[in-house]
Amino acid sequence: MNGGGWLTIRQGQAADLSKIPALAADGFADHVLAGRARGGRLANLFGRRVSADTIRLYAFLAFDSASRFEVCTTDVRRGPEAQAAPAYPSISAQWPAAQAFEREIAEQFGVHPLGHPWLKPLRYHATDDGSPAPWGPFDPNRAIPGDYPFYRVEGEEVHEVAVGPVHAGIIEPGHFRFQCHGEEVLHLEIVLGYQHRGAERLLLHPNATRSAIVAETIAGDASIGHALAYCTALEALAGSRVSLRAAAIRGVALELERLANHVGDLGALCTDVAFLPASAYLGRLRGEYLNLTLEICGNRFGRNLLRPGGVCFDIPLASAERMRQRLEGLRSETLEVLDLMFAQSSVLARFEGVGALSEQQADEIGLVGPAARACGCRRDVRCDHPHGVFQFSHIPIAVETTGDVYARAVVRWLEVQRSLEFLLELLGNKPGGTIFEPLGELKPNVMAFGVAETWRGEAMHVAFTDAAGKLACMKAKDPSMHNWFGLARALRGMAISDFPVCNKSFNLSYAGHDV
Amino acid sequence: MLQILKTRLHQGHRTTGFPVQLPVLPERYRGRPQLDAAKCPDGCGVCIEACPTQAISTDGGLKLDLGKCLFCTACVDACPEGAIRYTQDYRLATSRRTDLVIGNGELRLAQRMSDELHRILGRALRLREVCAGSCNACDLDTNVLNTVGWDLSRFGIQFVASPRHADGVLVTGAVSRNMHAALLGTYEAVPKPRIVIAVGACAISGGPFRDSPDVLNGVEGILPVDLYVPGCPPHPLTILDGLLRLIGRIHEHAT
Repeated sequence: MNGGGWLTIRQGQAADLSKIPALAADGFADHVLAGRARGGRLANLFGRRVSADTIRLYAFLAFDSASRFEVCTTDVRRGPEAQAAPAYPSISAQWPAAQAFEREIAEQFGVHPLGHPWLKPLRYHATDDGSPAPWGPFDPNRAIPGDYPFYRVEGEEVHEVAVGPVHAGIIEPGHFRFQCHGEEVLHLEIVLGYQHRGAERLLLHPNATRSAIVAETIAGDASIGHALAYCTALEALAGSRVSLRAAAIRGVALELERLANHVGDLGALCTDVAFLPASAYLGRLRGEYLNLTLEICGNRFGRNLLRPGGVCFDIPLASAERMRQRLEGLRSETLEVLDLMFAQSSVLARFEGVGALSEQQADEIGLVGPAARACGCRRDVRCDHPHGVFQFSHIPIAVETTGDVYARAVVRWLEVQRSLEFLLELLGNKPGGTIFEPLGELKPNVMAFGVAETWRGEAMHVAFTDAAGKLACMKAKDPSMHNWFGLARALRGMAISDFPVCNKSFNLSYAGHDV
Repeated sequence: MLQILKTRLHQGHRTTGFPVQLPVLPERYRGRPQLDAAKCPDGCGVCIEACPTQAISTDGGLKLDLGKCLFCTACVDACPEGAIRYTQDYRLATSRRTDLVIGNGELRLAQRMSDELHRILGRALRLREVCAGSCNACDLDTNVLNTVGWDLSRFGIQFVASPRHADGVLVTGAVSRNMHAALLGTYEAVPKPRIVIAVGACAISGGPFRDSPDVLNGVEGILPVDLYVPGCPPHPLTILDGLLRLIGRIHEHAT
């Protein structure tokens, strides 16, 4: 049972737009907070322009242990005078988990979340109709973050460290501003938006291949995860379901993606604490997992494998057996190195107690994925909201409690083991069915969503159709939307030299956040 | 300590023998596309219609722009005549943008940098990578060249932290408006003579994000490019092959 004023919905189901409860804008925040009091987790909050002067906000709460989501909306309109900007009372004022989402809404549509504790741009672009955002009109001639009012700590021995957008290594652009007292970080502020490519609009591209590829390139290292959420949403709009065989191949690809990234991250953590043997071996092993994906679909990142309606490449019996044998070999090679890594006191000493978040902080911020599980939060889409192959094969949730770099590493270590076991089982036992069936007509005036547990956590794609059954709006959320704030928070009180290892333990997506 | 040594023995030597030994790529790997316009019926344009990035044209014969190609299978799936197929040839990098547009003929692969440049940079090339509106895949498969599997530094090529220590920039991404200034600033900080390498469909043409108002469709017209490495993302081998051609370590040509 939901609390009233909410529509209960599961991933892969289409809901009539008219059935989604509409709240008054004044009471929206209180309504969402009441949902939080019932145990809801803020999974998504976004706006959608429904007419020239109306923005409809959608709030999604996840009730993970009950395997359901709840959704409600409110319409925010311009005031009676043309100048009055659309506004509603902010949720972030009482629930920090909403902070990035409300900034996104303000930036996209010029909607004011009244009382937002720290309203500032998220990705640096103009509003959709050119109206000013709460911080003023957008000036494309100003480079970010030069003229940005950073939070500053004043004091005699306080100093500021600025890093980025171009970093030292081969990584994505972002700007980090540290307020330090000696080595100690008092505050870290993260400015993103450099990777903003306008991907969400391109998800509506009339060329279906183009929009599917855009879904895969929202965050390139989570191509499979995003494609899975995207396909689930579109398949729900068409009321279709993929065969068990297609679902199994999707599951294989998703877990290979997790393995490649977790193994790579554990190696990179070793690099940051100068344990070079494991860093070298894991860096190489990461590539072996990518090469298995290459084997399946001709691309190391799994491009072109998932499409709405199924998958484009089959795994024939002989290659499934070959992959299984390669995975057996990789399992012993990988686990040997991880055993070595976690047996080094020099490694553990640099991981333990660094960048710790409590379970309560994780809930306030709304962390997802390994970062949340490291704090003791039992949430994993594969178990909580199972879809596709995860309805039949279960992967146990890996949880740690200390919430520090160590816990985030251990959760990855456990997930590597569990994904390997899952894959070995799945590849030995592949179900039948056609791998691809073209989608039929989309239902008119409905909304549906897909969620996938990418290696970083919950990715969510929400799709809407119009009265003619045409795709009218797509909303893509990367888990990084939740977790960047967690990294900033985790660094408080740490030494600035802890930043690399802390950052790597979260390893968040810039592209996925910036879309 | 003993455990470290034991693991070292188990893990073995893993660096690829490339370019002396040629790699074996899996059957499904999609390398250079091959066109056979003789198979095209008059007036058929299903591949043009199917291509997500308008990489195919029939202006003066069937042509495919590798700089726009995302190496998906849309054209191959759409063509009833089998006029387009992917080969396993990973060699794709060129020196000129126009060389990326292929027809029936061979692909003119990248040339060694000029003698003057080669004298200064050829034996120790230091690059600053700039990610400017990518999805991160090109960056990851560039970074992978630093792992023991590829060991890029054995060729005298290194990625450095500061543009002031670099001989050029390697750019990925469609050049988002928000990275434009940082890209120019980084390039300006590289001492002359300097080179520019564009890696991936995004950096060359905007890739899947082409014509989005938030991107500038790659580095074309923003920086002078010395090496184009197509792909979405290019395989690490394609990137390495291009880099080695640029410094004159590989000469042979595609057929």
